[in-house]
Amino acid sequence: MASTVPPLASASIAPLQNDGLKANFKTGTSLQCTFLGKEFYKAKQSFTRTSMTVAVKVSRFNDITMAPPDPILGVSEAFKADTHELKLNLGVGAYRTEDLQPLVLNVVKKAENLMLERGENKEYLPIEGLAAFNKVTAELLFGADSAVIQQQRVATVQGLSGTGSLRLAAALIERYFPGSKVLISAPTWGNHKNIFNDARVPWSEYRYYDPKTVGLDFEGMISDIKAAPEGSFVLLHGCAHNPTGIDPTPEQWEIIADVIQEKNHIPFFDVAYQGFASGSLDKDASSVRLFAARGMELLVAQSYSKNLGLYAERIGAMNVVCSSSDAAVRVKSQLKRIARPMYSNPPIHGARIVANIVGNTELFNEWKEDMELMAGRIKSVRQKLYDGLKAKDNSGKDWSFVLKQIGMFSFTGLNKAQSDNMTNKWHVYMTKDGRISLAGLPSAKCDYLADAIIDSYHNVN
Amino acid sequence: MAQLIRSGFSGRITKSGVLGAARSMSTAWWSHVEPAAKDPILGVTEAFLADPSPNKVNVGVGAYRDDNGKPVVLGCVREAERRIAGNLNMEYLPMGGSVKMVEETLKLAYGENSDLIKDKRIAAVQALSGTGACRLFADFQKRFSPDSQIYIPVPTWSNHHNIWRDANVPQRTFHYYHPESKGLDFASLMDDVKNAPNGSFFLLHACAHNPTGVDPTEEQWKEISYQFKVKGHYALFDMAYQGFASGDPERDAKSIRIFLEDGHLIGCAQSYAKNMGLYGQRVGCLSMVCEDEKQAVAVKSQLQQIARPMYSNPPIHGALVVSIILTDPDLKKLWLKEVKGMADRIIGMRTALRENLEKLGSPLSWEHITKQIGMFCYSGMTPEQVDRLTNEFHIYLTRNGRISMAGVTTGNVGYLANAIHEVTKTA
Repeated sequence: MASTVPPLASASIAPLQNDGLKANFKTGTSLQCTFLGKEFYKAKQSFTRTSMTVAVKVSRFNDITMAPPDPILGVSEAFKADTHELKLNLGVGAYRTEDLQPLVLNVVKKAENLMLERGENKEYLPIEGLAAFNKVTAELLFGADSAVIQQQRVATVQGLSGTGSLRLAAALIERYFPGSKVLISAPTWGNHKNIFNDARVPWSEYRYYDPKTVGLDFEGMISDIKAAPEGSFVLLHGCAHNPTGIDPTPEQWEIIADVIQEKNHIPFFDVAYQGFASGSLDKDASSVRLFAARGMELLVAQSYSKNLGLYAERIGAMNVVCSSSDAAVRVKSQLKRIARPMYSNPPIHGARIVANIVGNTELFNEWKEDMELMAGRIKSVRQKLYDGLKAKDNSGKDWSFVLKQIGMFSFTGLNKAQSDNMTNKWHVYMTKDGRISLAGLPSAKCDYLADAIIDSYHNVN
Repeated sequence: MAQLIRSGFSGRITKSGVLGAARSMSTAWWSHVEPAAKDPILGVTEAFLADPSPNKVNVGVGAYRDDNGKPVVLGCVREAERRIAGNLNMEYLPMGGSVKMVEETLKLAYGENSDLIKDKRIAAVQALSGTGACRLFADFQKRFSPDSQIYIPVPTWSNHHNIWRDANVPQRTFHYYHPESKGLDFASLMDDVKNAPNGSFFLLHACAHNPTGVDPTEEQWKEISYQFKVKGHYALFDMAYQGFASGDPERDAKSIRIFLEDGHLIGCAQSYAKNMGLYGQRVGCLSMVCEDEKQAVAVKSQLQQIARPMYSNPPIHGALVVSIILTDPDLKKLWLKEVKGMADRIIGMRTALRENLEKLGSPLSWEHITKQIGMFCYSGMTPEQVDRLTNEFHIYLTRNGRISMAGVTTGNVGYLANAIHEVTKTA
């Protein structure tokens, strides 16, 4: 090989005693290594060319501080550490059975076994993901006979669950609508802000939660959407709003759509609970379908974490409804261009599971039944909790919001101090914004929870 | 509120009253979106799939094929999946991914008995294969060394440029490939290392350089490491082919071990796409050696902060496959055997391709085919010659002349050699 090995003498290390083969030296001033006043040296094994002790330079990452613990995922960690026998984990939003076990749906097990039998290979998916998955996910969302599907106006790209799909869209917005804002609800899922921050997309909040009614501040919401600069993106939760559980009524959705059209905004849906909220896939998609039926262009992020229990497989999709099939093709190509330097192509396993289930009538029907069961369990603990609160609380407070809210989460209306009391006194783990995850509530504990809530609400400020 | 009158299902909406004129489908927002250029690598496979010719050969994307040209799922992987199917729940992994998988993965790169592992000095997270690992590093670099640049070898895997560009880290290049010898331009490489400002960040391919297949010798790695110390440079190793290059994972990690012996605080992106055939599962790892455990904990927490708004937590399936294989002594033994088998087949095909070309009486030297290592052969063909290969012979490869040896079989090596000879004989 035509190459030269540079002689050691040419190495520019100053000041040093470079006496050839066995030199002990410190590195030059630019590499002077002091850390907490001590100098560090690494013992060296000898090579034929030289033997040396050289200071390990101070890491350039020396000033890096600990990142704050994630507010949601940190709750589970605290719960695990608690040894109290009555402890209750109403933190992270992962479904639990009545016995507080995680649930792998039988349809999923069946699908996995089918896949194993078939012995499919593990080749790279195309950047946009599994074609069979993309087809069924768009149909599930919009309805197979919807105009947007028939006219091929949807750009669908498999994404890393809801988070990954939102991130693709955020990057698209940053690239093609520089300076445009995303309006997010106050409150919203904690990671939404992180996603738009890291994607460098500016955001602002629209009023959503009304603590006085523990319901929707509809007038505030409409007013804030109207006040935003024309052409803003409005992030909406398709169903089962996280963290409040409060959804607009169908009539309210119509008005929201009016205002968005009026202001030339772009609706941007986050659909993480389709089928899981009411138990019906179609019903839970009605807000999205309403907007699509009006001929609007919109963005929709989907996730199969909750409704198929595929949390850790990271399976979801980003759908962009365009006014023409040509635009859809171009938009899809740009979503791919964003995905490639992020992860090249998405993971296959979850996509195959979804495609197999939805593509098989028997499995699909079984899945629909499973969803009704999961949603049903949540509705029944809501009822039991409400009954307990009504029976035990004599103050006349209206607890009906527990029944009006929908989905995995409930905003209790408890403030931070009250939420802390829930944890410190009652060993009930929840997030500081007063959110409880009903998926983690067994019916046997509803009364206990009612006691805890009543105590925290009335006796703590 | 204005009343809406929706007319039919055509999507045309008229509004009465205050809000004025009828409006058709809402403003087309995406009219200014141009079609993106096809990815130079993955686009090749798309074109291949679309070609109806019975003679077509795909030596484009770097995915291993057996001697029948079929994708392979390793036996150890099948067995691991059998144990997983329907059995394990799918609750979210922690943001840093599967702890067990990461532990085993660090042992592969740093050594079974590495002190760095014992002393917990390595910040490591599961990543979305090699791409995801590089991207996490690039974003981390931007966040915590915002004024830094990345030095990337010429040539390199094309997606490296995309990754650091999307992370907004400016790129510089350093000499690597020597076209005349089809080997390493070591002198220029060392000049570039010396001339770079002190404390620069360098991307190095640990083994089986992609796309050239040209690796430094052990002695050359030692020189590079030494010069890096002089200059205080940071080394990020992209190791996508451990075990796949020579057939021996320990041997393929030699460059990294040399740097570690010299005390460098390296970064390392690892992938199981090729060496375990887990391409579509997207399993990999990013690790960064720190000064002490405390710093490693801080760095890991910051890596997680970058992952959370990108995908929250990484996919579980591939990670389970990896940890089951690496923690079961029999399965691990099987894996090592299978990975050597893949490497050996490729080495065999290199020999066959070179011999075929020489037998055809090619005027050119094809020595580089057997000198280069790993999945790829940098043939030295021009884009025009590549186009001829594709258009006339239905042979698909990237326009930089990179041949994926994994796509070469005893069945097509003769056809391939003949085609290459045809387009190069008048070169």
